[in-house]
Amino acid sequence: MASKVIHAFYDDDDVLMHAVKKVRAAKHHIEEVYCPFPVHGLDKAMGLAPTRLAITSFLYGCVGLVVAIVMMNYMMIEDWPQDIGGKPSFSFVENMPAFIPIMFELTVFFAAHLMVITFFLRSRLWPFKEAENPDVRTTDDHFAMEIEIHGNEQELRDLLLDTGAVEINITEK
Amino acid sequence: MYTFSNRLKIASFILMAVGVLGIGIGFMTAPSTVEDAKAMVASHYDGHGDAHVVTETHGGADQAAAHDDASHYEHVLLQLQNKPWAALYVAALFFMMIALGALAFYAIQRAAQAGWSPLLFRVMEGITAYLVPGGIIVFVILVLSVAQLNHLFIWTDPEVVAHDKLIQAKSGYLNGPFFLIRAAIFLGGWILYREYSRKLSLAQDESNDDSNFKLNFRISAGFLVFYLISESIMSWDWIMSVDPHWFSTLFGWYIFASMFVTGITAIAMVTIYLKSKGYLKDVNNSHIHDLAKFMFGISIFWAYLWFSQFLLIWYANIPEEVTYFVTRIADYKVPFLGMLVLNFVFPLLLLMNSDFKRINWFVVMTGIVILVGHYMNIYVAIMPGTVGDQWSIGMSEIASVLFFTGLFIFVVFRALTKAPLQPKRNPFIEESKHFHY
Repeated sequence: MASKVIHAFYDDDDVLMHAVKKVRAAKHHIEEVYCPFPVHGLDKAMGLAPTRLAITSFLYGCVGLVVAIVMMNYMMIEDWPQDIGGKPSFSFVENMPAFIPIMFELTVFFAAHLMVITFFLRSRLWPFKEAENPDVRTTDDHFAMEIEIHGNEQELRDLLLDTGAVEINITEK
Repeated sequence: MYTFSNRLKIASFILMAVGVLGIGIGFMTAPSTVEDAKAMVASHYDGHGDAHVVTETHGGADQAAAHDDASHYEHVLLQLQNKPWAALYVAALFFMMIALGALAFYAIQRAAQAGWSPLLFRVMEGITAYLVPGGIIVFVILVLSVAQLNHLFIWTDPEVVAHDKLIQAKSGYLNGPFFLIRAAIFLGGWILYREYSRKLSLAQDESNDDSNFKLNFRISAGFLVFYLISESIMSWDWIMSVDPHWFSTLFGWYIFASMFVTGITAIAMVTIYLKSKGYLKDVNNSHIHDLAKFMFGISIFWAYLWFSQFLLIWYANIPEEVTYFVTRIADYKVPFLGMLVLNFVFPLLLLMNSDFKRINWFVVMTGIVILVGHYMNIYVAIMPGTVGDQWSIGMSEIASVLFFTGLFIFVVFRALTKAPLQPKRNPFIEESKHFHY
């Protein structure tokens, strides 16, 4: 279904932050803000729900830890018990100090990589994906705020110009 | 201006009084003859049937078992006589290190010209005020050790050194006078910086330019160089040398991590206390969040250093090095492994969530766990070399902690009343007021 959206362009992140707060105070729903770089605090100003990425990261870290424990136990204790430097073998607990670096590394590895992959999936980003930016300038030095129009075009236009928008476009989406 | 509430003052006096009483009883009930020591050990084993089994199983590793019965009990007697001294020394050292860790944190904030922390400077200065009495007490204990009034450091005993080739080789460094000279230089340097920086900090409030602030920046940078070297040597002298045969090259860092995290924890807890009483109005939860991040990070840093030290020694398994951990795992299993849980696992899990770092009671609870854990850290560092397997958390240990808690509270909060809690003319004070994450 095609709907009309208004794109307001800003050329400063501080102005943008104030504009977002003003638009929200005027009870308009902001669809999306396109930025050339992450703007600190923008998610809170837009009223986005807090990210749950940290929780997934913690869980991935736990998976990594378990994988490391199971792997080291299988390789070094069960399948082919290693005897390095006269250390006691056949016991995971007694050999554990030697496994802690691996447990740590795999925890970090799983947490970091799976979190990034989750982030890409959740943001619907994959190789060769067409850019969603409404305007190439949002990858350079402009910020664009997208608001859906429900027959209140003039009112929105006035409000956005008032917040310091440098350009306002109306497009079909 | 902060006023020292009567309730807190009375509480600190009660803690000190109870502490002095307990410490006194601890010294009085220490055995004076071999017969007393025998009776104490026997009644101890009756009370805890399993303790006997433990001593028997590790008997092979214990030097004392090689001797005949009489010399064994003489050894036990010395260990039991050492116990109240060691308990006093552990608590004195622990609280002095809180103040010293807070001083290092303060100097880093000054040298980095941090914008978030100036609101907390008076709290840090209050905590570092304890360095003067705390440092003097530690110094007195060291003097008494060198004077042979106790046997905390066996290398101070000429009789022991005469029969010990390894200590003889180290005696150019490890001898009484040089040991005390080093201690005096270190404590003198730390206290000098603390007092001078405090003076400049107060003068900055009344001045009409930033010259005091700039001078404070320079002396803080200089102090950090001095601190890093002196702290490292301090940890060898005052802690590592209770086991004079053993050495570890990262011991200084390891002890630094311990004092740094306890110092930051003390800053966070005093700040939260003052805020709960309606002071420090401009300190917001972002400041608490930052302190809690440091508590979280330095706890992990401590665990990293602890493990770095342990892994290499465990892996190499060289007898002269590994005895340190063998005795600790054999005789001190619960405090030795328990402190890893308190100092690493608890802070890691409790403070991992970003939101939890802003909840005051959460930070205080974790802070208490960290303080208990790092007391255990110092305890496990000192006790095996001074009392061997004759340790217990009894009258002397608890009373010593109570006494120094009382003294710490009294000195710190009295220092806080001396100046307004909010610096007036610090150039970064506005940034600190508006600090938000």
